[in-house]
Amino acid sequence: MAKILMKGNEAIGEAAVRAGGLHYFAYPITPQSEVGEYLVKRLPEVGGVFVQAESEVAVGNMLFGAAASGKRVFTTSSSPGISLMQEAISYIAGAHLPAVFINIVRGGPGLGGILPAQSDYFQATKGGGHGDYRLLVLAPSTVQEAVDLVMLAFDLAHKYLNPVMVLGDGMIGQMMEAVEFPESIKETDDPMTMDWPATGCEGRDPRIIKSLYLDPQALEKNSFALADKYKKMKEEEVRYELYKVKDDCQVLLISYGTMARICQTVIDEMEEEGVSVGLLRPITLFPFPENEIREQAWKENIRAVLSVEMSTGQMVEDVDKAVQGRKPVEFYGRTGGIVPSPEEVKDYILKILGKK
Amino acid sequence: MPEAKLKIFERPKSFTDVVTHYCPGCTHGIIHRLIAETIDEYGIRGKTVGVAPVGCSVLIYNYFRTDFLEAPHGRAPALATGIKRVSPELIVFTYQGDGDLASIGMGEIVHAANRGEKITVVFVNNAIYGMTGGQMAPTTMPGQVTTTSPMGRDVSQAGYPIRMSELLSTLRTPAYIERVSVHNPHNVIRAKKAIKKAFKNQMEGKRFTFVEVLSTCPTNWGLTPDEAQNWLEDNMIAFYPLGVFKDTYYDNDEEGQK
Ligand SMILES: Cc1ncc(C[n+]2csc(CCOP(=O)(O)OP(=O)(O)O)c2C)c(N)n1
Ligand code: SF4
Repeated sequence: MAKILMKGNEAIGEAAVRAGGLHYFAYPITPQSEVGEYLVKRLPEVGGVFVQAESEVAVGNMLFGAAASGKRVFTTSSSPGISLMQEAISYIAGAHLPAVFINIVRGGPGLGGILPAQSDYFQATKGGGHGDYRLLVLAPSTVQEAVDLVMLAFDLAHKYLNPVMVLGDGMIGQMMEAVEFPESIKETDDPMTMDWPATGCEGRDPRIIKSLYLDPQALEKNSFALADKYKKMKEEEVRYELYKVKDDCQVLLISYGTMARICQTVIDEMEEEGVSVGLLRPITLFPFPENEIREQAWKENIRAVLSVEMSTGQMVEDVDKAVQGRKPVEFYGRTGGIVPSPEEVKDYILKILGKK
Repeated sequence: MPEAKLKIFERPKSFTDVVTHYCPGCTHGIIHRLIAETIDEYGIRGKTVGVAPVGCSVLIYNYFRTDFLEAPHGRAPALATGIKRVSPELIVFTYQGDGDLASIGMGEIVHAANRGEKITVVFVNNAIYGMTGGQMAPTTMPGQVTTTSPMGRDVSQAGYPIRMSELLSTLRTPAYIERVSVHNPHNVIRAKKAIKKAFKNQMEGKRFTFVEVLSTCPTNWGLTPDEAQNWLEDNMIAFYPLGVFKDTYYDNDEEGQK
């Protein structure tokens, strides 16, 4: 299919449709309301479901009910809305159901602002709601990658029977870029062929979809079943990209999403100035490319590792853990909707290298 | 002629062969049975999905031979909305207590009703939080003693009890709203009729149906089962009048929406 120019938020909506994600529940919030405005027209064309809920608490729980059908279900929201969905996310994880949550992150805490930020990293990767569970978290850095990862998110949600989050930011949502989609809408599996959805118990034993286990042995068993899935994700789903990571790199940048694109500009400019810097861009934030970061960071030529984020320092804790104290781990970040400029990142790198 | 024995009472097919955990004299079990009989009589067991609340009846899914989802506290109408919208061929019902529905779940029930979700809600009003040990509910009677209203519900602080059937019947969209009770056989029969009618409405594709059932909690009311039934009749019915609050058969509301 030919490339078309599309706004990030609309491309995300179309990507979900192409992935067979035809069941959408949402509540408006800036900076992602265009997704719903796009889908309210698009979904009826393909026999899909669009429900504007009364709150994000309800959205999350509608997804819970809808996910139990075995069909592909999703929502999009932004930070304060995602906070309200944490109850349902915890239950959906506990009940082993697939659902896709797309967070077009804005600055927080509280009502915060409406401009792009990466301050929901902890919430997305460390649980967010109560209980022993994780989300698989995908972080796109271009509109095309947002399209690809949204489609992948549905496959992974169904592979693991676990909620998957796509963690974008306001920049990805608002940017116009050329994107390409698969020709047709993906044919998804018939829930009648699955052994878990609530399809009505005609001809089989009834199914109970729940997260309640009053017997501690049973609850522990369910928690370890979840833990096994997260272990498998760590083994099979780590995704990342290296940019100009060379044998003479002095500083290894770790950055994701929109921020990683700016880091690429920094790297290109510094290369011309004779300073070799490389980037490892995590694409999955959970599972985190911990071993890959360690491998790169421990190389002789690396003098320091720098986590660059649109936050006051969240992912840096995971980078620190990966590097295990062998190399200095530095942090540079701006937040509140302020996106660090290439110049400030460059200055910080030069400072680390004692050149400023 | 043993074959000629007439079976006049048996377990509904939609029930599992499990003894419930309810306290002696609790009327949750009667309400369960009315739903199970309804499912049997309409032959819809294979396409029914129940949504359990958080409350004493959270384990309802162990007692029914239908698919079941277990919702977070108060959110059953949202789950029911989700599954019914994506699988409209199913018959979906929620079963919710008064803390679940009228307190923490007030937002979800009002909006599910107002959107006209094609689900059936069985609302069990026992004027108290049973599961957590007898705290005040939004439906607790004025002056009623609970563990969080030890001097009796003080309406100057807590307001008057919420009448859910009346409140929801102010909405234009719902198809059918009735309040019934199960404190004596006569009322049990009426309650069965209401539940059957609600399910029938849903099977016919009509919008939101709601049956409020006044129910006893002898344990937390501190009464014997007999006393609890009398207390319900003497105290609750005056404040929570029984009857039909909304029925599209009469007001033809679906026409009005065109
Ligand atoms: C979010 C949340 N808050 C509080 C609770 C604790 N809780 C469990 S049941 C319940 C009240 C249930 O009362 P009701 O709905 O009246 O049902 P009953 O037990 O009387 O049948 C509460 C407060 C919970 N499980 N989840
Ligand atoms: S505590 Fe009350 S509502 Fe709960 S089972 Fe016992 S009598 Fe029934």
